[in-house]
Amino acid sequence: MSTEISAPAAAAHASAHKLFSLRRTWAIASNTFRDLVRQKVFYFMLVFALILIGVSLTLASISFQGQLQTVMDVCLGAMSVFTMLLAVLATAMLLPKDMEDRTLYTILAKPVSRFEYLVGKLAGVTMILLVATLLMTAAFLVVLHFWQGREIENLQITEPAERAAATIKLIKSGTFTPTLFGGIGVIFLRSVVCAALTLMLSCFATSWLFTVIVSLMVILAGHLVPIARSVWQGPVGAAEAPFHIAILLRLITVFVPDMQLFNVVDDIAVGMTIEADVFLRIAGLGAGYVLVYLFVGWLFFAWREL
Amino acid sequence: MRGRILGILVLLAWGIAKFSFEARLEQHMENTRLGGFKPTASLRQQAGQAGFIAALGGLRSAVADLLWIRAYTAWRDVQYGRMKLLFDTCTAMQPRRVLFWDISAWHMAWNGAAHVQNHEPDPVVRKAEMRKFFMAGKDFLQRGIESNPDSWELYERLGALYKDKLKDFENASKAYDEASKRPGHLKYTRRFAAYYLAEVPGREREAYERLMALFNESEHEWLLTLFRHIQNLEAKLDIPDAQRIWHTVVKLAETPGKEGSAYAGLTDLIKTGSREPAVIDAARAYEQKMDIPAERRVKLPVQDKRPSD
Repeated sequence: MSTEISAPAAAAHASAHKLFSLRRTWAIASNTFRDLVRQKVFYFMLVFALILIGVSLTLASISFQGQLQTVMDVCLGAMSVFTMLLAVLATAMLLPKDMEDRTLYTILAKPVSRFEYLVGKLAGVTMILLVATLLMTAAFLVVLHFWQGREIENLQITEPAERAAATIKLIKSGTFTPTLFGGIGVIFLRSVVCAALTLMLSCFATSWLFTVIVSLMVILAGHLVPIARSVWQGPVGAAEAPFHIAILLRLITVFVPDMQLFNVVDDIAVGMTIEADVFLRIAGLGAGYVLVYLFVGWLFFAWREL
Repeated sequence: MRGRILGILVLLAWGIAKFSFEARLEQHMENTRLGGFKPTASLRQQAGQAGFIAALGGLRSAVADLLWIRAYTAWRDVQYGRMKLLFDTCTAMQPRRVLFWDISAWHMAWNGAAHVQNHEPDPVVRKAEMRKFFMAGKDFLQRGIESNPDSWELYERLGALYKDKLKDFENASKAYDEASKRPGHLKYTRRFAAYYLAEVPGREREAYERLMALFNESEHEWLLTLFRHIQNLEAKLDIPDAQRIWHTVVKLAETPGKEGSAYAGLTDLIKTGSREPAVIDAARAYEQKMDIPAERRVKLPVQDKRPSD
């Protein structure tokens, strides 16, 4: 009895296995999401809530001017740091954990490409980051609403009518603005860039601790990229910097992401309006980083001996 | 190994490709007054290692707030030198926060100077020290304006500093003028610009024209200070009697339906020194018509009282 498969059947079988399948990627992404939820990553929300309550009860009350502003600054800053830390810590553990409990080998033994695996992992972390950002935003908006009401009440008592009316108008029109939500979007985007960067690093790293430390250092250095770039661009600065420093700064400019460009919440907190055009450019840049880091991560991972 | 080399090459290509895009985006953001923060070595010294790293990590505004609270503690402990250092750090960390510049200037030029005034026994040292505080306040406001050119509040505070502390009415007028050109300004900034110009020697004619423009604009602008300045300038510039403002107010008093606002103007004219019989008569006529009780009628100074008053 012949076991040969006919040519059309073989062709059909080959075409049934696509190089990239959204279904397979989704399966990995949803499993990653569930796995991270099981690891109780949302416990950090408790810490965030404590910060919100702490700020409301102490910091804003002892700040002698602009309590609403203080609440905004601290909450947006906390959101920024929490999402970044969550992105780095959650992503850094993914590959080492899968290797340690042998899940990675089981997955890759199936018709799942390494690229699909990486995309799925990043998508899972992105889902976690999205949920975390939404939860933090909800808590932040509640606190902000409370402090807005309180600030308006104070102004009505302490300021002369004309000045109070002008300031209240300013507070009402300047608190819950589209720019604020755009800024929160940029916080989320920044965290996804951090996750992609960490995933890329973990593709060649041998321990998760190395990945965490290097990722955090790169992110920190990323906030200094504008200075490095100014040395590169400015002929005066370049002439003043010693040769080896100039080379180092140029390497930083090329290899490190400019995290300052994603740091718009400080300006949003003081009521600055950011054009949609700027948001679009930042989004484009963020998407570029994610795609490049994912691709480079795949290059590292594809040739890696497992 | 091959994967790593390829990966590094892709990163290099991306780094070169993104370079100009990031530089242009940074420039664009600076042009739109975004991202005015510059992490400098002096800032690192002022904020401390931990504060500087936290600021770089996305907690810049929060660090500035904490330092702001420290400045409050320094104020309570009457440490003006420390306050200035902390204010410098806060404003460097968050240069877009108008409140930081405004309150820093206020603490320096008003509170700091008042402290010296109350505690320095030597008059020469006192004067010099007070001036230092005034200039520190002015410096905060001028730097604040550089970072926030659209802020009417900072120009308003600068105008107040020039007027109250430095007695420089010309610059006070300029500052209020600038405040009145900024979005969201309160109406009084325009008035103050004209009022203080009236105090500048040699610019009386210009001031008179601006005050008259305010006077002619609306009866809502008919305020006691406006009348006082216009009447002073009418005397100084020797404005012909027929062109003086009391004619306009008296004429308004004869317009049906406008007597109420005209009466407010007439009383202000009398309070600010007008002794024209037509003004007094028009005011008295309205008071009689409306049956205003004697105690609520406009009072003339004793030397100007006529037998009928």
